[in-house]
Amino acid sequence: MSGTTPTGEQEPAGAAAPVVDPRLLVRERGMAGYVEEFRRKIRGGELGAIPVVVGLIIIAVVFQSLTGTFLTPGNLSNITVYIAGPGLMAVGIVLVLLLGEIDLSVGSMAGLSAAIWAVLSVGQGVNDLLAIVLAIAAGAVVGTIHGFFFAKIGVPAFVVTLAGFLGWSGLQIWIMGSEGTINIPRDSLVRDFNNFYFSDIAAAYGLALVITLGYAAALWTGERRRAAAKLPNRQMVDLAVRIGLVAVAAFTVAYVLNQHRGLPLALVIFLAVLIAADFMVRRTSYGRQIFAVGGNAEAARRAGINVVRVRLTVFTIASSLAALGGLFWAAQAGGASKSLGSGNLLMNVIAAAVIGGTSLFGGRGWIWSALLGTLVIQSITTGLNLLGMASEIQYMITGAVLLIAVVVDSVSRRTQRTAGRT
Amino acid sequence: MTTAPLLALRGVSKRFGAVQALSDIDLEIHAGRVTALVGDNGAGKSTLVKTIAGVYTADAGTIEWKGRAHRIARPQDSQDLGIATVYQDLALCDNLDVVANLYLGRETRSLGVLDEVAMEARCRELLDSLSIRIPSVRIPVASLSGGQRQVVAIARALIGEPEVVVLDEPTAALGVEQTAQVLDLVELLRRRGLAVVLISHNMADVRAVADEVAVLRLGRNNGIFPVAETSHEEIVAAITGAADNAVTRRSARTLTKDGAAPSTDAAADDDRNRTTEAGEETA
Repeated sequence: MSGTTPTGEQEPAGAAAPVVDPRLLVRERGMAGYVEEFRRKIRGGELGAIPVVVGLIIIAVVFQSLTGTFLTPGNLSNITVYIAGPGLMAVGIVLVLLLGEIDLSVGSMAGLSAAIWAVLSVGQGVNDLLAIVLAIAAGAVVGTIHGFFFAKIGVPAFVVTLAGFLGWSGLQIWIMGSEGTINIPRDSLVRDFNNFYFSDIAAAYGLALVITLGYAAALWTGERRRAAAKLPNRQMVDLAVRIGLVAVAAFTVAYVLNQHRGLPLALVIFLAVLIAADFMVRRTSYGRQIFAVGGNAEAARRAGINVVRVRLTVFTIASSLAALGGLFWAAQAGGASKSLGSGNLLMNVIAAAVIGGTSLFGGRGWIWSALLGTLVIQSITTGLNLLGMASEIQYMITGAVLLIAVVVDSVSRRTQRTAGRT
Repeated sequence: MTTAPLLALRGVSKRFGAVQALSDIDLEIHAGRVTALVGDNGAGKSTLVKTIAGVYTADAGTIEWKGRAHRIARPQDSQDLGIATVYQDLALCDNLDVVANLYLGRETRSLGVLDEVAMEARCRELLDSLSIRIPSVRIPVASLSGGQRQVVAIARALIGEPEVVVLDEPTAALGVEQTAQVLDLVELLRRRGLAVVLISHNMADVRAVADEVAVLRLGRNNGIFPVAETSHEEIVAAITGAADNAVTRRSARTLTKDGAAPSTDAAADDDRNRTTEAGEETA
């Protein structure tokens, strides 16, 4: 905190820094600079994850004071299991939203995937793991069909996936045939998606440690390379704060999970998909291409990007993730049924992506909104369940939360435009 | 001109439905020279640029690169040859930052992962070498001013180390200072031995930097003039077709008898062309 020297003239003269545009608001050295930059971002509408995190805290406080049991390890642990299914589907939706499109078929796809797995594994006696793989592959095929009609033929994605929404749920009912529901057998891996916990406390703490160290290593090497290339880099304080926040969050979650049954398998898979998707979006050419197509498809095309391929594959990934999420959803429901994946699942998943901070208008967002948004939706649902509220009330409240999130998105877009940002 | 042209268009034609946007265009681009492409609205300048850039494909005619005919069917083909195009609408992704825009479609990677540090360092180096001043290379392009966006678009064209740079109306939306900056940039490119194709409506800009002026009129060649030896009026006359009056017709007729003058049959077709041109606007 002692680094705040108000006299700017003490910059070393021999630094030979390139002349900086005087209009640019350069970050001052020291903590004051960070505070100033933070204020500017808030004023400019770059709220980042702040509204969601604040919202989560409010939700937690309100439900804790109303029920007294919301913040118990058991309840929190259950939430981390429940978010896996919709969360995986939301990751796919985030990718589609980044393109500036929408996929309305993820709910039907989830139900279809569960039906395919159940009929193959339970009905036909196919190997359990093979049936899971086939169900996810079915998702890939469905997504490729959507992508083909949207990207190649040029039908609006809204219409293609609306057709899929109806068509795939029809196929789901047809596949289920005379069976109303198929329960998950005891020894199935799908049951583990809901029920398996790594009960050794070392598992949760170990994962927290790996995540913290991995994050710290990635951040540290990145900044070291920037410093070596003489590019502007973050200060040690900044790095320490970031790593500290991640560490606190990871170890708090690990501690709470260990108070209950340990580390759920569902959370591990969800986190793995989140980290992989985040890496793909931010660190690979393909991810960059998704943002480019979502920002300005014609510019992307002229830059030599194969727009059709990007669009098609994103829909393939989205439906594959919906298929995977559907198996988790079935695990929670205890089995596949004719109506699995209908109801408000689709809306909850899309709402989660938007609440988490991914724009409906394309080209803006991040993968972690799938986690944050699903947490908000699931916390509200769980809290209302604890209060014994009827589902109609839950629908209304979730609808209101979605509306608030979209309003925040639209308003922050407007503020950002006046502040010259997208 | 003794050197062989770097890029040559031979009899290039392009049709949009009933509209003949380009007919039988010939154009030669030489290294180290600035060729201005001028013409009225709807003369086919942008269509020609997009044909060179691979956004459109020519219906007829050939495009020669260093003496060999090439087929340019996609933007990628044109880029691979070494032609970089700065479009009138700039074709930048507003949501991406300057570095990402500069490297869009040709990102630097190490082990399959984007090498942001290398890209940012090279990007700063390039912008410095062009004396381009922008607030930061890590802010979204949307937050830059019009002039800054224009220079970013030009800088992007130079990332791939092209041999021909095509600029479609780079100064149209700019103020005095920014225009001067862009023109400086054009001269810098010429000094580096690049061939520049500059499209502009502003005759003062054209005369300031161009070596020769190619005039398009209603989708056809209407003369190529060396800037140093041609008056402002002559170029304007070629653009507007004002050269086509009773006096020039008579002199043309006498010249044609000698078999030396370029044909000016445009006037006779003028009315028909105008109607088709109107069709182009609505198409």
